[in-house]
Amino acid sequence: MDLGTGACLVLTELKLRSGERLMAKITFIQPDGQAQTVEAEAGLTVMEAAKLNNVPGIEAECGGACACATCHVYVDELWREQTGKPSEMEEDMLDFAFDVRDESRLSCQIRVTADIDGLVVRVPAKQF
Amino acid sequence: MSPQDQAAPAALETIETDCVVIGAGPCGLFAVFELGLLDIKAHVVDILDRPGGQCAELYPEKPIYDVPALPIVTGQELTDRLMEQIKPFGPQFHYSERVDGLSRLEDGRFRLLTDAGTEFITKVVVIAAGGGSFMPKRPPLDGIENYEGTSVFYAVRKMEVMRGHDVVIVGGGDSALDWTLNLQPIANSLTLIHRRDDFRAAPHSVEKMRALVAEGKVRLMIGQVTKINGDGANLQSIAVKTAAGEETVPCTAMLPFFGLTMKLGPVAEWGLNLHENLIPVDTEKFETSAPGIFAIGDINWYPGKLKLILSGFHEAALMAQAAQRIVYPGKKVLFQYTTSSSSLQKKLGVK
Ligand SMILES: Cc1cc2nc3c(=O)[nH]c(=O)nc-3n(C[C@H](O)[C@H](O)[C@H](O)COP(=O)(O)OP(=O)(O)OC[C@H]3O[C@@H](n4cnc5c(N)ncnc54)[C@H](O)[C@@H]3O)c2cc1C
Ligand code: FES
Repeated sequence: MDLGTGACLVLTELKLRSGERLMAKITFIQPDGQAQTVEAEAGLTVMEAAKLNNVPGIEAECGGACACATCHVYVDELWREQTGKPSEMEEDMLDFAFDVRDESRLSCQIRVTADIDGLVVRVPAKQF
Repeated sequence: MSPQDQAAPAALETIETDCVVIGAGPCGLFAVFELGLLDIKAHVVDILDRPGGQCAELYPEKPIYDVPALPIVTGQELTDRLMEQIKPFGPQFHYSERVDGLSRLEDGRFRLLTDAGTEFITKVVVIAAGGGSFMPKRPPLDGIENYEGTSVFYAVRKMEVMRGHDVVIVGGGDSALDWTLNLQPIANSLTLIHRRDDFRAAPHSVEKMRALVAEGKVRLMIGQVTKINGDGANLQSIAVKTAAGEETVPCTAMLPFFGLTMKLGPVAEWGLNLHENLIPVDTEKFETSAPGIFAIGDINWYPGKLKLILSGFHEAALMAQAAQRIVYPGKKVLFQYTTSSSSLQKKLGVK
C-alpha cells in the first residue's frame, strides 16, 4: 500500500523552494553497510528525508502518521540523546515493528533540527 | 467439509441483489448513500468485523483535516457519521467475510463468493477495497510460511485445536493478552513473549496475566523471537532473545500478534486490468475494464488520482449514476438535490 504520492509531491516542492532554509545532513546505513548521506530541511521528519531521497528500506506505509511502524530505524549510539526518547504512542507502535532494540525509533517521529545535523541511523534488515 | 477444501466451493447461502459493495471503508460506505438515493439497495462485505476500513483500523483516534465541511474529524468519528448518514437506506453488512471469487454469469449478472460461503448474484459490483485486504502481519522469521495453519496461527477459530500444545503468544495488545488468558487453561504450557514489560492491552487483562505469571501458570518473557525450529510442518521450539541472552523455548503452536497490514489479496484474481496493483477506471463512471464492475476509493487509478477520502466520495456519486442505468435500464435519470427534492427526502426519511 502506498498512500504517499500526493504528500511527496508537496514535499518535493517545499524542498525546491527552501533555498536558504536550514539543512541537516542525515546518513542512512543499510544492513549491508552501504551508507547514503542526504540533506534534509529542518522541520521535515527523518522518514520524509529518506523518502524524498529514495533511501531503500524505509517504507512508511502510513505516510508518517505513526500508524504502521514501517519506518523503523536504529539510531546510532552517538545520536540517541539528541533524538530523544519515543513518546508513548510511538512505543505502542514500535510493538508492531520487528527486531526492536533500545536504539529503535520510528523515523517519522524524529524531527529534523539543527541539533541533529550529522545524524546517523541504521535501516533494519526487514520492515515486516 | 469446509468450503476451502473443495476445488469449486459450494455456497452455503445465496443472496440475489442489485448491488454488492466490496469494502466498508469510507468510500464503500458513502457509495451506499449515493446508490440509495437512486433506489439501489446494497449489500456490503468486509473482512474486518466492523465498518470504517483504514479510518477505523489504522487511525481511529487520529484527526483528519481535509474532509469538506468537517474542519477536524477523527477516523472513528467519520466512520460513525457515515454509518448514521446511510442508515435510512438499510444496507446489509456482511462483516468478517472476504470476497474471494468474482465472475460473470451468462445472463450478464455477477456471482461473488466469500470465504464464509455466502454467494451473491448481483447486477452491479462496486469494488471499494481500498489498500486491499487487511491481513495479519507475518513476522519475518525464516520459513514461517511453512508452519502457517499447522503450527503458526494469526487467529484462533477453534480453541480446542490448542489443547495440550506448548503455546507461545507474541505481542502486547488485547489479542495477545486475551488469548493468553483463554488458552492458558487448556495449553500444556503457555509462554507470552513481548519486547517490553509494558502492555497496550486493557489493564484488567494485564493484571490477570500477571497473576497467572505469579502463580507460575504462564511464563512471561521480555524479548523477541529470532528463530523457529521444526520439521517443516510442525514447530518444535523457538529461539528467544532476551536481556539474559538467547534461549530455546519449546513451542508447538505459535500465535504472533503484530497487527494488520493491507495486501491486494483476491482482487488481483478477478481478471480485471491492473495498473501497479490498482484498478484503472474511467473518470466518468469509475467503471473498470469489465462493464458493470465499478471501482472507487483508494483501489482505483486514473490520471491525476489522489488517494483521498474526498476523491472517493466524488467517485461514489458518479458511479451511482452509471449503476442506476444498469439496475434500472430505460429509467429516466433525473438530477435532484437532497435540499429540495421531496422524493429524495422521503427516501432519507426526513419527510
Ligand atoms: C494513517 C493514515 C492517515 C490518513 N489521513 C488521511 C487524511 O487526512 N485525509 C484523507 O483524505 N485520507 C487520509 N488517509 C487515506 C484514507 O484513509 C483512505 O483514502 C481511505 O480510507 C480510502 O477509503 P476506501 O473506502 O477506498 O478504502 P479503505 O479504507 O482501505 O477500506 C477498504 C476496505 O475493503 C476491505 N476489503 C478489501 N478487499 C476485500 C475483499 N476481497 N473482501 C472483503 N473486504 C475487502 C478492507 O478490509 C477494508 O476494510 C489516511 C490513511 C492513513 C493510513
Ligand atoms: S510512517 Fe508509518 S509509523 Fe512512521
